[in-house]
Amino acid sequence: MSKWIEVVELYKIPVLGSRLIKTRDMDIAVFRASDDRVFAVHDACPHRGGPLSQGIVHGHTVTCPLHNWKIDLYSGNALAPDHGCTNVFPVKVEDGKVYLQLVGENEEAAC
Amino acid sequence: MLKENLVLIGNGMAGVRTLEELLKLAPDAYNITVFGEEPYGNYNRIMLSPVLASEKTIEQIMLNSEQWYIDNGITLHKGKKVGQINRARREVIASDGTVAKYDRLIIATGSLSFMLPLPGADKQGVIGFRDIKDVDTMLEAARNHQHSVVIGGGLLGLEAANGLMKQGMDVTVVHLLDTLMERQLDKPAATMLQKSLEERGMKFLMEHSTAEILGNERVTGLRFKNGTEIPADLVVMAVGIKPNIELGKAAGLHCERGIVVNDTLQTITDPRIYAIGECVQHRGIAYGLVAPLFEQAKVAANHLAKYGIARYTGTVTSTRLKVTGIELFSAGDFVGDDKTEDLVFQDVASGTYKRLVVQDNKIKGAVMYGDTVDGSWYFQMMRDGTDISALRKIILFGQHHLGDSGHNPDTHVASLPDSAEICGCNGVCKGDIVKAITEKKLFTLDEVRAHTKASASCGSCTGLVESLLAHTVGGEYSATPKTKPLCKCTDYTHDEIRAGILKYDLKTMQAVRDHFEWKTVDGCPTCRNALNYYLLCAFPTEYVDDAQSRYINERAHGNIQKDGSYSVVPRMFGGMCTSDQLRAIADVADKYEVPTMKVTGGQRIDMFGIKKEQLPAMWKDLSAAGFVSGHAYGKAMRTVKTCVGSEWCRFGTQDSTGLGVKLEELTWGSWMPHKFKLAVSGCPRNCAEATIKDIGVVCVDSGYELHIGGNGGIKVRVTDLLCKVATEEEVLEYTGAFCQFYREDAHYLERTAPWVERVGLEKIKHAVVDCAKQRKALYERFLISQQPAQIDPWKARAEGAEANEFIPILIEA
Repeated sequence: MSKWIEVVELYKIPVLGSRLIKTRDMDIAVFRASDDRVFAVHDACPHRGGPLSQGIVHGHTVTCPLHNWKIDLYSGNALAPDHGCTNVFPVKVEDGKVYLQLVGENEEAAC
Repeated sequence: MLKENLVLIGNGMAGVRTLEELLKLAPDAYNITVFGEEPYGNYNRIMLSPVLASEKTIEQIMLNSEQWYIDNGITLHKGKKVGQINRARREVIASDGTVAKYDRLIIATGSLSFMLPLPGADKQGVIGFRDIKDVDTMLEAARNHQHSVVIGGGLLGLEAANGLMKQGMDVTVVHLLDTLMERQLDKPAATMLQKSLEERGMKFLMEHSTAEILGNERVTGLRFKNGTEIPADLVVMAVGIKPNIELGKAAGLHCERGIVVNDTLQTITDPRIYAIGECVQHRGIAYGLVAPLFEQAKVAANHLAKYGIARYTGTVTSTRLKVTGIELFSAGDFVGDDKTEDLVFQDVASGTYKRLVVQDNKIKGAVMYGDTVDGSWYFQMMRDGTDISALRKIILFGQHHLGDSGHNPDTHVASLPDSAEICGCNGVCKGDIVKAITEKKLFTLDEVRAHTKASASCGSCTGLVESLLAHTVGGEYSATPKTKPLCKCTDYTHDEIRAGILKYDLKTMQAVRDHFEWKTVDGCPTCRNALNYYLLCAFPTEYVDDAQSRYINERAHGNIQKDGSYSVVPRMFGGMCTSDQLRAIADVADKYEVPTMKVTGGQRIDMFGIKKEQLPAMWKDLSAAGFVSGHAYGKAMRTVKTCVGSEWCRFGTQDSTGLGVKLEELTWGSWMPHKFKLAVSGCPRNCAEATIKDIGVVCVDSGYELHIGGNGGIKVRVTDLLCKVATEEEVLEYTGAFCQFYREDAHYLERTAPWVERVGLEKIKHAVVDCAKQRKALYERFLISQQPAQIDPWKARAEGAEANEFIPILIEA
């Protein structure tokens, strides 16, 4: 199990907005919903790899900026009628700070 | 809380559609029980004619399988007729003794064929045309008998006659009047229809009234009042339908022609009981077509879900005849009176007839025969009350004559091969769309968009997709709702919401959503962006722009490209530049290693491949050289294109570049419903292509022509001439006023071209040209809104605004 990494203070993510996190291997988008729930997904739409971090957040969904696919932030699944899935990462908020768990390639959640 | 019990009597299209709408809104609100008299699931009754003509099978017209009822937890009693409603005990009792308790009840018992009370009407082989049983009887008769007679030359009668003819029977249609389909057609169209059907072998006895049906046990013939007789082995009565109100009447509900309901489809006698569909009488009208049923279903479902915000106010209906090979369309008041005028196109040889009934430059009704492709277009304008004065000369030639050069001029969708590409953006062919419509049983444009993506991008093929939908599932479905809600989060339209923002002084997005009872917590990308714009337009000095309710391009002030990088376009006023400015752009391009540069169509320089985190630094350098954002990424004023004008050109009549710069200085930074482009040409040779811009100024010797509503995009549209003015000052004032009128009146994401076509040129002329007081007020409001808008977003961000938007978080892992 990977460790929890502190990535950003919650207030630095706009409500209904996102921040882009760059790791050595990939880009991860961290979203903040209007109920202050936080989500982290691989910053690539299953359709054509569009940067989801640049999309519009509504409910617990983000709409990709390139072709308007809607991605469920809990599961990373594209909403019907589209099909596809992007990786989600465990994330938690403690004392106003956002922590992220990077799941290694071998432990990658199956889509 | 215990779930309430909802009982539906009538397993037909109207009732089940109500359940579908209800399940979408409140899936867990009720325990649902359905009683259906027929031993089937729910089927598409209007497609019985194609079944009779062997063009479709029963399976193909089933709408909801029995599995659907199981999946949605609905108890289905099929083949059980409800005999009694006990309102005191709130229960319904079926003829087999089944009892179901209700808290709320929907009556959707539909209608019955009206059977003429003729002597002999009870003989074997005399039927109506209403359900699968009738179709079976007709198919059976076609196998064993030869002569059939259809009484009634209306829509249903002709469809029945066509089907019987297809089954090989000898068919005679008996009609009381001298005109077929007199409720939908005028004399010329009816004559063309009759001729065409006669060529196919159908026989007609016009102005014949039946006296008696002959035969012993089974029918053998008909005798008319004039004494003549004809043989018949099958008689189909298609003289009309009557609302099936027996049950409602017995339950003590107030009935006239139908069960009388209010605007929420509740019976006026008992608010726990709703009635819907063909058994209903609403504001004095009993409908017999499918489009009204769907609108009623939506309203009733909304009320059952306890939202209570929808009202049914009646439907304008249109008709198409479902006889393969015969194209016929009718809508509204096609007869006219002494206040109306007719626009007529008639070409008997090619079998084309179009007639529009017009009053005060608005379409009141339409009849079309032969070429009905534009039926939906006329119908739309009729429902919207569009002013057609600017279209009168060409309207009869159809919509594609308006300059749809970007698309297939052959809008006869029926004749296109399956491989024909309908949606160029998403590469969707006709075959894909038809397949999705039939296999997935799609009914609405939205559903087709969701499943196929056709017309989901630029929307220019919407008309084609709609006609394809109409053609595939039957004409009635072409009718999109009379008023389209802003998005799926609300039932209110753009116009209602904009008016509400001003009337109730709703100054935040949350206030709008609360007031209009939004169905979602924080909206969707469609409504958030629209509301953000509407509020900004209504309260330019007070409203705080919400970055999270803007498309990424407007949030990042650059155009996102397919690899996630951005493009940067500095503003060059009127397309003018100096060597110093070009040198500064070249220096920036070198410093940031810009991989691609290009001159844009709007006479500016575009730098591609910029990473988001580089943007603020690059803007800082451009800002230092005197550049501001070109807003090439926004639903905003983009560019003013100019030709060189009288300063150098030997033909130039006025200083077009100087005027272009002044116009751009006036309008830059303005947020608009959609992108907005201007141009100034120095003479009528029009080198700046001003007549395909949102505003085009064409200089002439005596002054300036102002043209509006042009578009060079998906669908080319040439501008309309707004007016001619004498001075540059007037050009600026009229331009500002026009911009503001568009900003305040158009729907979000509606460009000037479709807006002008929707609201009509006259309305715009009145506000901007004829009424000086209104023009000055508009111009004043435009200037006020420009004060906060003309703060350069690039400079602000280069100085640190919205830094989090541009800086990624780096982590070592």
